[in-house]
Amino acid sequence: MSGQLQLDALRILHGGQTIVALDLVVSPGEVVTIMGPSGSGKSTALSAVLGTLSPAFRMQGRVLLNQRDVTTLPPHLRKVGLLFQDDVLFPHLSVGGNLAFAIPPSVKGRARRQEMIDAALESAGLPGFAGRDPATLSGGQRARVALMRTLLARPCALLLDEPFSRLDAALRVQIRGFVLDRIRAERLPTILVTHDIEDARAAGGRVVTPLGAPVSLE
Amino acid sequence: MARGAASLLRQAPRLTIALLCLPVAAGLAGTIVPALSDGAQGLRAAMDWPGFPGALWLSVKSGVLATVLSLCITLGLIAGLYGTRSFARVQHLLAPLLSVPHAAAALGLAFLIAPSGWLVRLVSPGLTGWTQPPDILILNDPAGWALILGLVAKEIPFLFLLSLAALPQTDAPRRLAVAFSFGAGRLAAFAVAILPGLYRQIRLPVYAVLAYSATSVEVAMILGPSLPPPLSVQIVIWMNDPGLTQRDTAAGGALIQLAAVLGLILLWRLGEVLSRLALCRWAEAGARGLLAQAIVQPVVVASGVLLAGLLVAGLGGLAVWSVAGLWQFPDALPQSWSLAVWQRTGDALLTSVAETIRVALMATAAALMLTLACLEAESRFSLTVGPRALWLLYLPLVVPQVAFLPGLQGLALRSGAEGHWLAVAAAHLVFVLPYLFLSLAPAYRAWDGRIAVAGAALGATPARVFWRLRLPMLLRPILTAIAVGMAVSIGQYLPTLLVGGGRVQTLTTEAVALSSGGNRRLIGAYAFLQMALPALFFWLALLLPALAFRNRRGLAVAA
Repeated sequence: MSGQLQLDALRILHGGQTIVALDLVVSPGEVVTIMGPSGSGKSTALSAVLGTLSPAFRMQGRVLLNQRDVTTLPPHLRKVGLLFQDDVLFPHLSVGGNLAFAIPPSVKGRARRQEMIDAALESAGLPGFAGRDPATLSGGQRARVALMRTLLARPCALLLDEPFSRLDAALRVQIRGFVLDRIRAERLPTILVTHDIEDARAAGGRVVTPLGAPVSLE
Repeated sequence: MARGAASLLRQAPRLTIALLCLPVAAGLAGTIVPALSDGAQGLRAAMDWPGFPGALWLSVKSGVLATVLSLCITLGLIAGLYGTRSFARVQHLLAPLLSVPHAAAALGLAFLIAPSGWLVRLVSPGLTGWTQPPDILILNDPAGWALILGLVAKEIPFLFLLSLAALPQTDAPRRLAVAFSFGAGRLAAFAVAILPGLYRQIRLPVYAVLAYSATSVEVAMILGPSLPPPLSVQIVIWMNDPGLTQRDTAAGGALIQLAAVLGLILLWRLGEVLSRLALCRWAEAGARGLLAQAIVQPVVVASGVLLAGLLVAGLGGLAVWSVAGLWQFPDALPQSWSLAVWQRTGDALLTSVAETIRVALMATAAALMLTLACLEAESRFSLTVGPRALWLLYLPLVVPQVAFLPGLQGLALRSGAEGHWLAVAAAHLVFVLPYLFLSLAPAYRAWDGRIAVAGAALGATPARVFWRLRLPMLLRPILTAIAVGMAVSIGQYLPTLLVGGGRVQTLTTEAVALSSGGNRRLIGAYAFLQMALPALFFWLALLLPALAFRNRRGLAVAA
């Protein structure tokens, strides 16, 4: 499934001003961090990769996934997974329902799909949670369900939009470790957007600004 | 296939606007042409009718007074009670009254204030000494006061709940706090800090109230004077003339009615400008309004609560009459109770209920589909909605029914659709759609867009996001909007009467038809069902989401 994510001379302009200029190849299992203060265009870069860029922005360049040009594809056909700042679990579905929503329709058979849900919950340390109401879970549990949901959709690349910033310090280290381990295990090319230097250090990959300048973590 | 569906969806707003505006335009054309043909004979015949000046004056008077009073009382209630504990209580009193059809409310009031009604009975013979109903004209008084009372009582809940929906956008708590800190009284603080922003948002509903109050047919038939009746009622009398010779006269009357309403709206607009100037002067003079506070506010709040109480008591009276056995004047309660009316007319009642629901379901289903398609197109294609679209939405509510429905009836007659329940449902759609849209749009637009992004990132098509995520999450507002649509359709009188050609008999047309007769038990039964049916749908709109989401804390009603 995994391959490489390439931003080929990606530029995003807003009102004549360049706010994103990235030329990157992210290899399988690598986590590239985009760092910058809020409002600097970090999340805008992610929307361009995801395909949800607002028409107010102008975009140049290409987004390639495993050498496949996805620049003009609608978001649901890109196979790019996303984790938000909040978990954004679907409140009307159970935990199992949330996971089932993500499993591609090509996976047939109720038993088979249920197996995948159970396995995902098991590996996230949440066995038997399928029937639970997401609103009754703790913040850490919700974050883990959100990651498992994203992975079950079998993305070819992953985008992380400050996914740890709402978690308290102790939980943050734990969830960050969990997410990064899974990314490496699944060998997903990943872009992490954050303003926290600790996130960038833990990611262990290159760190750049939205305009492509390298950032030193010293 | 998917592309075809998407381009169809993109056309939904246009289709909807056409479905709203074309019937109004066609109806108006169908009114104007016969009114002005043959040297404007229809127009002249209407103006030559001896009752014309009185009828027109009644229409203007009831329109202006009912609108001024209901607006003042509504604003007074909000100014006086906003942020207090009584506010929630008033809200809970008024909200259910919104769903009561005008005809049922009017019948309830009629039973209450008639010389032999509950109010007189309560004080007789103890205070009055009356052992016979007094021979005074309270109901159907020639000056139209009973009519105005009925209109005001019914329009307050409408304006109040629309204002309530608009209040969050006025930044009310902080603005009030600033005004209070200058030492302003509640009334002055509200008038200066909140009113301008609030009024801008409820202006169109106020015009709708003005147009409705000046041209209401069923309320005027039940509570209004008869010699002459208001112009709107006379137009319907001409319409229903068995010889069909008065149709042009009716068209002429309808044209005058339209001109009168447009004139009233222009006049109202002028009044808005003048009030604004006066308000600015008043604010710049540093008024604190403490005197107004002391005198006006208690009166306004009391009259608002009193009117709502009258409406509730009247509706209760309908229910009591429907199960009354022997009930002589001046007894406050029946001597015996009986289900005779319900048993004797059970079949007829059921037939009316079935017809009412059939028409209402059809109109509401169509309105819901169009509304969802519009809102989904708006969000999927990032369409922006201008103020002009809002005007078009309000068009069928601001153009008087009695001005364009006669023309529409003519079209229905010629096309052979008249008298078919689907034609009636189509006519109801024109009125159901705006209310349903206004009810659903805020919740639809406020839905968390990140859910859609999350769904798309998981590989879900826009259609799957719509059906599996957006619709289920919006179950509660959608069911409420359905209930609103049902209530609007159930309450329609004139479109049912005219497009149905008297052959589509709903609870409302039956109740109004019975109202001129004296069978209070029968009227009570029809009117009771007329108010119970919308209430049932609102109850379902509360119950079903509570059941569906009983294990979903994230979708619980915020307390």
